[in-house]
Amino acid sequence: MKTETQNKTQVVANNTIRIPGSEAVVRSLIAEGVDILYGYPGGAIMPVYDELYKFQNEIHHVLTRHEQGAAHAAQGYARISGRVGVAIATSGPGATNLITGIADAQIDSTPLVCITGQVASHLLGSDAFQETDIVGISTPVTKWSCQITKASEIPGVLAKAFYIARSGRPGPVLVDITKDAQFGELDFEYKKCTGVRSYTSVPKTNPEAVKAAADIINSAKKPMIVWGQGVILGKAEAELKAVIEKAGIPSAWTILGASAIPTSHPLNIGMVGMHGNYAPNKLTNECDVLIAIGMRFDDRVTGNLNTYAKQAKVVHFDIDPAEIDKNVKTDVAVIGDSKDSLAQLLPLLEAKSHDAWLQEFKDLYDIEFEKVIKNDIYPTKEGLTMGEVLKQINIETKGSAAIVSDVGQHQMIACRYADFNVSKSNITSGGLGTMGFALPAAIGAKMAAPDRHVVAIIGDGGFQMNIQELGTVFQQKVPVKIVVLNNEFLGMVRQWQQLFFDKRYASTEMTNPDFVTIAKGYYIEAKRISKREELEGAIKEMIASENSYFLEVCVEKEDNVFPMIPTGASVSDIRLS
Amino acid sequence: MNEEIKTFTISIYTENNIGLLNRISAIFQRRHINIESLTTSQSEIDGVNRFVIVVNITETQAKKIVGQFEKQIEVIRAFYHTDEQTIFTESCMFKIKSALLFEEPQIQNIIKESNARIVTVNKEFFVLEKSGRRNEIESLRRDLNVFGIMQFVRAGRIAVTKDEMKVTELLLAFNNQ
Repeated sequence: MKTETQNKTQVVANNTIRIPGSEAVVRSLIAEGVDILYGYPGGAIMPVYDELYKFQNEIHHVLTRHEQGAAHAAQGYARISGRVGVAIATSGPGATNLITGIADAQIDSTPLVCITGQVASHLLGSDAFQETDIVGISTPVTKWSCQITKASEIPGVLAKAFYIARSGRPGPVLVDITKDAQFGELDFEYKKCTGVRSYTSVPKTNPEAVKAAADIINSAKKPMIVWGQGVILGKAEAELKAVIEKAGIPSAWTILGASAIPTSHPLNIGMVGMHGNYAPNKLTNECDVLIAIGMRFDDRVTGNLNTYAKQAKVVHFDIDPAEIDKNVKTDVAVIGDSKDSLAQLLPLLEAKSHDAWLQEFKDLYDIEFEKVIKNDIYPTKEGLTMGEVLKQINIETKGSAAIVSDVGQHQMIACRYADFNVSKSNITSGGLGTMGFALPAAIGAKMAAPDRHVVAIIGDGGFQMNIQELGTVFQQKVPVKIVVLNNEFLGMVRQWQQLFFDKRYASTEMTNPDFVTIAKGYYIEAKRISKREELEGAIKEMIASENSYFLEVCVEKEDNVFPMIPTGASVSDIRLS
Repeated sequence: MNEEIKTFTISIYTENNIGLLNRISAIFQRRHINIESLTTSQSEIDGVNRFVIVVNITETQAKKIVGQFEKQIEVIRAFYHTDEQTIFTESCMFKIKSALLFEEPQIQNIIKESNARIVTVNKEFFVLEKSGRRNEIESLRRDLNVFGIMQFVRAGRIAVTKDEMKVTELLLAFNNQ
């Protein structure tokens, strides 16, 4: 077996120099434009770290406190910048600690290149100290993975890794490099990869499919769009807005599609899915044409597939052919890059407005407002709600903040109530639902977008899953704002226990430490509030601070997140209480 | 509606790279699909390998799984075909005590009638090789089992399709880009 694939390449540095493999790793990263990487050193990656020390003026290494933190920080960096995030770790436990972040990046289509050190090639398969088969372990959760055992392979494989990670539907790539390959010498010349023979990164949009889609959309009486992250990844926000406005189509978003169109847009009808808005979920089963754009019909979106949009003709735009008919049978599939496909669609659409149909969404919104939203963001009961915290953050940041949420009730509240007026503003773990994501991801996001407000919204459970990254915040002086919504419960699980397990709160109540003291122990300015009258001042102070800031908000212990579609139920059976 | 489970031959044209088998088998494992047989070898195209995998699944599953194979970076193209759309065969070997050749004259008739081929004979044992459809091989195995089989091994299905598989055009298109 060979390890070479026929690739297309473009020389970017043809002054060949004789260098060790470890230096080739760093020079390759620089050639790919990497300026920040996140990682943790160890025995099998030490030669590369030695080179990073030498090149520290050109590439900034961020020492996280755990490799999982490195992977999530690289994800945060990638999600807000649209560039490839890079994480680096040693062999064995260092490499396996990256896996959760890699799996998260895979399901949320986040471009990552993870580099792991490996024991020397003569020790492979011998159960050597800190040896694991990381290529084998990572195979099901990577877009591509590869092991390098010869120094000469380093530039070519890394070039291919970056090309694969960022092109088409993005994803994580893992490159494992043996220690002898890092020490070995090579004649270094860097050629950027511009194509891989066996990989069609962006299928060309078929104009006939676009025409068929346009015909269906033009004939629709009650059309509805559900867009996903594919719009953001394809940089197609302007094209989507033009399509929506020309055809007058009420448009909803999946959790990862949030922020592609501003929250305040009159045709933005809210979020679909398990804790999405009432109207778009309910009316999914009344629209006559459902237009899915860059979304994958996740089970959290569709509920029971047997009762999902059965009355509608389905038009699906996606870059990934394997998504077509995977969960929902389509009438017309348009495979290709969303920017290109939507640009082709626009001139074929008839200018329309669907006022009566849009009014149906507004009417259902009014019901949701009365029964749910009003209580969440304008509460009259004594305890603080998560929703009013989000409302206050919206006010203080004028809806311009990038919200990095963890996983649980607070995540759903953040996605429901944050004002997203700038694209790439909702950074969360959508597909994998990884608790512990937000703190390190917020570090990466803030470092990639230092001019933006980056606010991490975290529950007391998830915060303690990667609490050690407060050390990274402090050491790197990252002015990220950390809001812990503390209800002393694993809130979402508790909600399910309340609703479906007769309030048997098995192992969901948390006795928490003094978070403020911990944050202050990391030299981070910190405050705890528990009263409504303290909220406005605390959020103002946090947003105004030029440094990192930790705010603990003690919220109602047993609040629930509604609306809710119980698992396996139809989207029409969405509950308001 | 319950779809009929049928035998499908899945052909995957790939780069000849380490680790690809792992990726392909993981796709079956994740979906709880049992592999009936798997063969991998060079294909008609220089530098391109071909997996031939037999599975019992529904056509919807076959279509989806082929989509997942084509997503893999080093998979060039993947196809699925029914038995009617392919020409296929399997081969096997039997190791049998040499003494039986002389003590049980019926064995010679079985070998002749089954179109099996004697690969080697020595004092202790002889080896038979047989190619054909699964039922022919099973029939021979049943016949020989009566006399005692020292070793038996059957290789995976190999198959070619009746229709053309346009892999070469895809590769030419890449080279001409």
